[in-house]
Amino acid sequence: MAETPNPGAQSGSESGGFDLTQFYGVFFEEAGENLANMESMLVDIDIDAVTGEELNAIFRVAHSIKGGAATFGFSDVTELTHELETLLDRLRKNELNLRRDMVDVLLEAGDVLKLQLARYQGSSDTSPDTTQLVARIKRLATGQVLTTADDGRRRLSVRVGPLENPAAADNLSELFRDIPSLGTLEVGDGGKASADGYRTFKVTTTSPDDELIELFSFHVSREQITITPFDAAAGGAARAKPAAPVASAAAPMEGDGFGFFVDPKTLPAAQTSAPAPAPRVAESKPRADKPAAGGSLESTTLRVSVEKVDQLINLVGELVITQAMLTQQAKNLDPVQYQTVLAGVVDLERNTRHLQESVMSIRMIPMAFVFNRFPRMLRDLAGKLGKEIELKTVGEATELDKGLIEKIIDPLTHLVRNSADHGIEAPAVRMAAGKSASGTITLSAAHQGGSILIEVRDDGAGLRRERILAKAKERGLPVRDDMSDAEVWALIWEPGFSTADLVSDVSGRGVGMDVVRRNISALGGTVELDSAEGYGTRVSVRLPLTLAIMDGMSIGVGAETYILPLGSVVESFQVESGTVQTIGGTGRVVRVRGEYMPVVALDEAFSVPREAGATGSEIMVLVEAEGARTALLVDELLGQHQVVVKNLEANYRRVPGVSGATILGDGRVALIIDVGSLVKRARH
Amino acid sequence: MGMMETSFTTPGTTTTAHPQEFLTFRLGAEEYGIDILKVQEIRGYDQVTRIANAPAFIKGVVNLRGVIVPIVDLRLKFNLGEAKYDAFTVVIVLNVLGRVVGVVVDSVSDVLELSAAEIKPAPEFSSLLDAGYITGLGTIKSGDENGESRMLILVDIERLMGGADMALVDRAA
Repeated sequence: MAETPNPGAQSGSESGGFDLTQFYGVFFEEAGENLANMESMLVDIDIDAVTGEELNAIFRVAHSIKGGAATFGFSDVTELTHELETLLDRLRKNELNLRRDMVDVLLEAGDVLKLQLARYQGSSDTSPDTTQLVARIKRLATGQVLTTADDGRRRLSVRVGPLENPAAADNLSELFRDIPSLGTLEVGDGGKASADGYRTFKVTTTSPDDELIELFSFHVSREQITITPFDAAAGGAARAKPAAPVASAAAPMEGDGFGFFVDPKTLPAAQTSAPAPAPRVAESKPRADKPAAGGSLESTTLRVSVEKVDQLINLVGELVITQAMLTQQAKNLDPVQYQTVLAGVVDLERNTRHLQESVMSIRMIPMAFVFNRFPRMLRDLAGKLGKEIELKTVGEATELDKGLIEKIIDPLTHLVRNSADHGIEAPAVRMAAGKSASGTITLSAAHQGGSILIEVRDDGAGLRRERILAKAKERGLPVRDDMSDAEVWALIWEPGFSTADLVSDVSGRGVGMDVVRRNISALGGTVELDSAEGYGTRVSVRLPLTLAIMDGMSIGVGAETYILPLGSVVESFQVESGTVQTIGGTGRVVRVRGEYMPVVALDEAFSVPREAGATGSEIMVLVEAEGARTALLVDELLGQHQVVVKNLEANYRRVPGVSGATILGDGRVALIIDVGSLVKRARH
Repeated sequence: MGMMETSFTTPGTTTTAHPQEFLTFRLGAEEYGIDILKVQEIRGYDQVTRIANAPAFIKGVVNLRGVIVPIVDLRLKFNLGEAKYDAFTVVIVLNVLGRVVGVVVDSVSDVLELSAAEIKPAPEFSSLLDAGYITGLGTIKSGDENGESRMLILVDIERLMGGADMALVDRAA
């Protein structure tokens, strides 16, 4: 194969000739997007009610990738997409009807294309073997039915004999036990040899016949082995010639000798005998933002590097600071004399705000970007686990900063996998428990109080309290039997507390929930888990909107100014005498509309120096964080404005109770209060 | 922005055969010298935003053209001189450890060139300033006629600022 080009180095055209490499990046990006679109279209597709438009869109994907690949000389990509195109062309012309096996093969082809492209991009060096896949697409394009699922497994009937000692054939079972990748072997005929010394086995494997015979010949002689496709075996085996890898006339084989493409006419039972019920992942419909298909996107979008956008955001941030300064200075001007200046300042403020919102929205991506990858994953997972899983997504239009979106994918994937693997029970178990056979996993996203709340819910088995406690004791963690449920669930997050050996017996993937929590904490978020045995589990991920600019409320404490994130402010009010009471001498609470809230005096929390004799403040701001409310005692409310968030850690260190800093209109620095930690401090 | 990206030579590699340039400043009666390459600029003392519950010698943070910069008062840190803040108070903005940090000193005196021969090792002693941060003692001939010379304390400012007792840098817990 040709050497791997490096599209990253857009070195320009030193050679003087026309340098194609500069277009690689665009092609890879487009192809990646196209493939993702194709995948989501395929997963969504309703086989019984497929529209020409959908097929056309998928066809266009294959076609445009083929065109690009041919231009750049990626011959293996061209070859595969060419076959896809042939198949899809017949589908869209209604010469063929779309079937489940076609969707499977198309999805597989999409995966292989991704691998191939990754290789050209230099991020992978394995070259996928496409011969089998191409052969299968060709079969499909000529109107044939594949007998097995898309993983290339074949069901074979193996007949061994005549044997003098039929027990020798039992060694074959060991063979399959020792080499798990070989597939599975079931003993036919109740494990007894027929009268003439024949034994039959049912084999499900991906290995070709030659390889099987090679392996079997360790135990029985080559001539004694007959391999036939399982479904044809009933009639054909008796007359099969020894050592012939394919069956005789009873099962007409295709020319390429693998023998797993069978003419549909001879195989009426082929599809009905599929090993497992087809995995089903239904998705909530209609999806709000179904990606527009194929070429229609190009004319309306523009590819811009993230760096340029970030530069814009930085500049707008500076502009916001300058604008705030001007606004503040303009307040001192005489409105009569400087009428036009003041009007200009008002305009400037409005335009700056619009500009800033527009620039910020460039970086915002809907959660659908994350959610869209789960239907396919669950579809595959459901098939592997033999479960029926329905996926519901809520709030996929909720927008989140691109940087955050990218970092939340992995933790969320882990949580969804956990739900599918350990949460949702097998259909039989669910039926026995009086639930519907198919489990539901719900993904939801919503903005809530200046942060985004993402939930992964399943209606599965839930966590088992006793089991977690037992496991915790085993690990020597300090637990008591009378711990509250919340405390028990919290144990899940302990390092090394693998969910796999905890909740189910399905083998784990070795990554614990502690990694999920660590990743989310690294984003400044929190994660909580709630569960009810028999009813399901809910994991809530709360991420702060760590965007460069946010709405803030500036408050005065003593001579100092602090910023509260506006999103966490519930209300502010004047303290009436008699509503503040102490508990245990020091702890203060305030009664707000019949509810008692803990009070945090900001001047104490931040040890603000007070002039002697200065009277205490009387204004409270009610803030909410992580579902808990706290009243902050402040001196004055200065106003609301947008602030550019700067972090303190760049040149200093984390400061408890402070989430960042910003620059005020007069050039001074104001600290942004970390409401979450204040609320926590007040509650504990 | 982005001015913090520059990387600096690691401590200990500063002793070369070439004469080195030092920025000298006063703390009380003492005179200190730091590698001039670590100095970004010198400016007056601005209004500082106090950081709650920080050590007293960390005065707070200021806005340096859009960058939030912590200010350390070395006079408070080493109990030298009077911690007055007026129009003449000087802040040396340093570029150390990839960070921008301002230090308040009594006054900036000079930029001096010292060759390796002019730098003597510091004797073992105990003081508020950990001897580990002192790279040597320099001698400067003063310009006046009686020919008295002054001692210059050469400090590895990068290590000093990164030290745990400065509390400027987050330590891995």
